[in-house]
Amino acid sequence: MPTFLREVHMKRHNLLDILFRNVTCLSAFAVLVLLIAIIVSLIIGSLPSIKAFGFQFLTSAEWDPVMDEFGALVPIVGTLVTSAIALLIAIPVSFGIALFLTELSPRWLRRPLGIAIELLAGIPSIIYGMWGLFVFAPLFADYVQPWLIEKLGPLPILGPLFQGIPMGIGVLTAGIILAIMVIPFIASVMRDVFEVVPTLLKESAYGLGATTWEVMWHVVLPYTKIGVAGGIMLGLGRALGETMAVTFVIGNAHQLSASLLMPGNSISSALANEFNEAVGKLYTSALVELGLILFLITFIVLSLARYMLYMLTKREGSTS
Amino acid sequence: MTKLNRFLYIFGLVASWSLTTHASAVNLTGAGATFPYPIYAKWADTYKTQTGISLNYQSIGSGGGIKQIIARTVDFGASDMPLKPEELEKNGLMQFPAVMGGVVPVINVTGVAAGQLKLDGKVLADIFLGKITKWNDPALMALNAGTKLPNETITVVHRSDGSGTTFIFTNYLSKTSPEWKSAVGEGTAVSWKAGTGGKGNEGVASYVQRIKNSIGYVEYAYALQNKMTYAQLKNHDGQFVKPDDTSFKAAAANAAWEKVPGFYELLTNEPGKESWPITGATFILMHKTQDKPEAAKDVLKFFDWAYANGGKMAEALDYVPMPEKVQQLVRTAWKTQVKDKKGAAIWK
Repeated sequence: MPTFLREVHMKRHNLLDILFRNVTCLSAFAVLVLLIAIIVSLIIGSLPSIKAFGFQFLTSAEWDPVMDEFGALVPIVGTLVTSAIALLIAIPVSFGIALFLTELSPRWLRRPLGIAIELLAGIPSIIYGMWGLFVFAPLFADYVQPWLIEKLGPLPILGPLFQGIPMGIGVLTAGIILAIMVIPFIASVMRDVFEVVPTLLKESAYGLGATTWEVMWHVVLPYTKIGVAGGIMLGLGRALGETMAVTFVIGNAHQLSASLLMPGNSISSALANEFNEAVGKLYTSALVELGLILFLITFIVLSLARYMLYMLTKREGSTS
Repeated sequence: MTKLNRFLYIFGLVASWSLTTHASAVNLTGAGATFPYPIYAKWADTYKTQTGISLNYQSIGSGGGIKQIIARTVDFGASDMPLKPEELEKNGLMQFPAVMGGVVPVINVTGVAAGQLKLDGKVLADIFLGKITKWNDPALMALNAGTKLPNETITVVHRSDGSGTTFIFTNYLSKTSPEWKSAVGEGTAVSWKAGTGGKGNEGVASYVQRIKNSIGYVEYAYALQNKMTYAQLKNHDGQFVKPDDTSFKAAAANAAWEKVPGFYELLTNEPGKESWPITGATFILMHKTQDKPEAAKDVLKFFDWAYANGGKMAEALDYVPMPEKVQQLVRTAWKTQVKDKKGAAIWK
């Protein structure tokens, strides 16, 4: 090829390159701009409420649309508690699932089981909500809650968490449904990262006489901890923002109660319930502020997780 | 012709037909309350086959309906809660009742049949305030001599979303219980003192059906369709009445519609031996001064037609049509209140 032709070719190549880079850059920045725009509009929308209630909004449990008095304590607590219950159940179960799938399961069972778990992740959340309300809650009310109330209710410290009447719906039910919803996310991420652990590492450990549990705990988990933490964060993110399924079973009551069996409220279900019919500036603004708070909670939780992970990897570098 | 071809051919025919009719037909738009949506949709459907005029009603909720009509994005708004005369004045709106319904207390207590439990306003308010917590409370026993009520805790079920149903219900409780009025008050959403919230009438209905020893309130249609155990209520005249179209109509007939400005009439606790005490109408909102007099006239024509011909359809869907007397009052209000920009009456 003559030189000048090659140059033209290169030039066109360069032009395409630049174009491509700019397009990708634009897409990336569009996300950032969108994010900032959402935050700004949330802040503007919640200004009237911030002016009226100030910091008290976070600590007041009052929610009275008639008198125009609003406080976010009940939904904030509800969101955090349901997500905590969900993770408390989902992490060990997911770990078990992933362990079984990667280490213990017969080979022919792995694919069908894995696909089943991925399918579970694809079920729309409203289906979980309906199943929770129509199937799970009545069974829970008839068989599990009376036992909890009778056996755990009278205990000294744990007791107040399990007192009340067996209604089936409530904070605990919401937490359990959330756990079922996030298990497929956490489990499939865990399985994927467990599978990339080099066989050499595992076989060496087995060769030294380690049990399956020891291999998991001392070899696989340390090797994959970032991926595992990422999977947990993914689950937590979903649990914090989940709306429909929670709305169905949490009971939607703006009441603060020590008992996990009593109805409560979460930020996203308060929004889903009340936004449509919210009349008056302050009411709407208080709901927008709730949205802002959810945004901040998610942001803080995810940043904390990132930070923890960062510290973890840093410390590792210094010790080994 | 193969099956697929035939299908495509028919599909094409239908598509071209619907496109052409859409282009020529008048389109009216309305938005608001969810409670009357089924009947508005039914009316609109029948009206379209008869006149070719189509009506697009979006059931986005009463609050949304009020916002939309004030912003003039729709031809009419709809709300379960009537606006106060001063609010109407402020926004240049007029309102009229379209159709009525009743709110019914529903219970789930083993051994108590539909219509067996008797309640009055004060006891109902005390239950929803969380003051009466047991089904065998002396106040309940006194009203229900002869009915066996269990020694079980009452679970209160209310709406979790804002709703005209809640407004009618809390308005009734405010009228019958001073304590309710001062502690909670009335509104589409209130600060509940007890219980758990279900989303929509269907949410409350399913909670009451699933939670034992519960009590809630739903629109009559939902109680009927779900075959729920409703309670009797003591009305203004001291009579116990059952919820049905007779008692709803009685409440509407005894209301003094002509005396209130802007049809701001809440049919709760109306006098009359047969009146159901928690009855309410759902309202249509329109601008008094119309930018588009033609569209406004079409909306009025539609509701005129619905008053005259829609009664049977309303009853089939468990709504109660407005009494003849009220219809005439509404038509008079159209004449005197809805004007075009020059001030000429649109409805003649």
